Amino acid sequence: MTNQTSPNVEPSGKTVLQVNKLSVRIGQKTVLSHINLNIQAGQVTALLGPNGAGKSTLLKSLCQEVAADNGTIDVFGAKLEQWDRQQLAKSMAVLPQHASLTFPFKVHEVVEMGLYPLSLSQQQGKQLVLSQLEQVDLLHLKDRSYPTLSGGEKQRVQLARVLTQLAQAPQSPILLLDEPTSALDLAQQHRVLSLAKRLAHEQGYAVIVVLHDLNQASRYADRLVILEQGQVVEDGSPEQTLTPATIRQVWHYDPVVVNQPNSATPLLF
Amino acid sequence: MDNRRWLWPGLLSALVITSLMSVSIGPLQISPTVSLQAVVNWATQLEVGSVAPHEQLVINNVRLPRTLLALAVGAVLAQCGAVMQGLFRNPLADPGIIGVSSGAALGAAICIVLIPQGGEYMVALSAFVAGLLTTLAVYRLASSPSGTSVVLLLLSGVAIAALAGAGIGLLTYMADDMALRDLTLWQMGSIAGAQWHYVILSLLALALVSWQFNRNAKALNALLLGEAEARHLGLDVDKLKFKLIVLCAIGVGIAVAATGIIGFIGLVVPHLVRMMVGPDHKQLLPLSAMLGAAILALADIGARALVAPSELPVGLVTALLGAPFFILLLLKQRHRLI
Repeated sequence: MTNQTSPNVEPSGKTVLQVNKLSVRIGQKTVLSHINLNIQAGQVTALLGPNGAGKSTLLKSLCQEVAADNGTIDVFGAKLEQWDRQQLAKSMAVLPQHASLTFPFKVHEVVEMGLYPLSLSQQQGKQLVLSQLEQVDLLHLKDRSYPTLSGGEKQRVQLARVLTQLAQAPQSPILLLDEPTSALDLAQQHRVLSLAKRLAHEQGYAVIVVLHDLNQASRYADRLVILEQGQVVEDGSPEQTLTPATIRQVWHYDPVVVNQPNSATPLLF
Repeated sequence: MDNRRWLWPGLLSALVITSLMSVSIGPLQISPTVSLQAVVNWATQLEVGSVAPHEQLVINNVRLPRTLLALAVGAVLAQCGAVMQGLFRNPLADPGIIGVSSGAALGAAICIVLIPQGGEYMVALSAFVAGLLTTLAVYRLASSPSGTSVVLLLLSGVAIAALAGAGIGLLTYMADDMALRDLTLWQMGSIAGAQWHYVILSLLALALVSWQFNRNAKALNALLLGEAEARHLGLDVDKLKFKLIVLCAIGVGIAVAATGIIGFIGLVVPHLVRMMVGPDHKQLLPLSAMLGAAILALADIGARALVAPSELPVGLVTALLGAPFFILLLLKQRHRLI
């Protein structure tokens, strides 16, 4: 918390989140063991791995939904559990996989919930909400009832809420996305992930995203962290990590690799 | 949007009209003008207009406390209902769900049957204490080291209510005729015979819950996103839940102690308001308070007028009105709730 006075966007590549020897057990089962990971600002980091590899658990322990058995997580140089929740919420936000609301809130009211940790005047808050709705192309739906939206629109409303929450971040914000594309069609998937990439590259966000689709990961992420049985087996750029050998070893699946003429990353089927 | 503009003045005038009706209607008919003068006299200690001494006496000692009690209890029950529905993210939740009502009923039954010489205050006190204790028991039952689960809270509420019901059944079986009648009437709820100290207590409860609920209106909205999402927004969810549940227990406990069990206000009123202005707690809470106050005062007028010169318990009236309305609501929303 010492660097609160630093400029809003830190040079990309600066470590914002540090996982040291993290182990998590759920019941008798060890879900994560000895994870070491540094997350940098200005990058999209994708967590990959087959079902049960521990990628969702890793994301959940980063946002304190799952308690660590061993090891530590440092956020902006301070221990995660020592942060005041409201202070942390200004710099770190989570986009849920699917958020259903029991009661029929309007779209702008849902986004306004993101104002909770901030201290803004009513006028400033309204302005911020509108500008974030614009950023996700949903300004025209601001008075619609949230439950009547499509899955993709709901996801973007939630994204606008989360971006509202991070609007006053004193340092590079950390954005956690848990399988953000699972309920979306292809165009919507592209929309959400390219916005995430833009936030990382242009505004210095540290984006951590759990993904299933390897091609999607190699297209939108700068760095892939591949997990298998609770351990990191590969960590690096898509070109370095997504080799046929790794895919065979981790997913037990023989990929068809098609080299693309205009890109360094091959297509995998 | 339009709704919000007319609803505030609309509900305010409904409140004023209902209150005026409530002080005018009864075995002794007093005209609205005279009632109003009498209320002014009472408030200012002046002697405005031509209020007969016996009319002034009826207003001061019977009608006014009764009206104020109905307004305060209605407002408390409706707000606690709105908060419970938000807290449990369930439109069918009501203040009874955390065990206040069943616990309070058991407390009252114990007092009525086992300590018949205790008198009315003992019944109220024992109802309040038992309601609060039951709520805390339900809350403890639903808490684990990893937090409080809403599903567990609901199930604990049901289990404790069943236990309290069995206790009341046992006491009913043991009770003599006199106690049996008291017990039955108490469980139907009544505002007749309202006394000033209950009025003051209920108004204090109203002030406390209204103030605290409104301070937490934004947090309640955020809680509707889901508990994990609310935590990520920086909310201390467990502290908030505990605080709101205790406030509801205090509010409903005092209401039940003062009037007995009055159902359906806490369930139906927030529903109605939500249909009109949407679920935002900043609007929902104050508007529910006003509508709840107006409806309970109206139901109390009905309780007096329907079988005059006798009286119905007001809890019976709210149930008679509320239950069919609730069924109607279910029928209308059936396709959305499945």
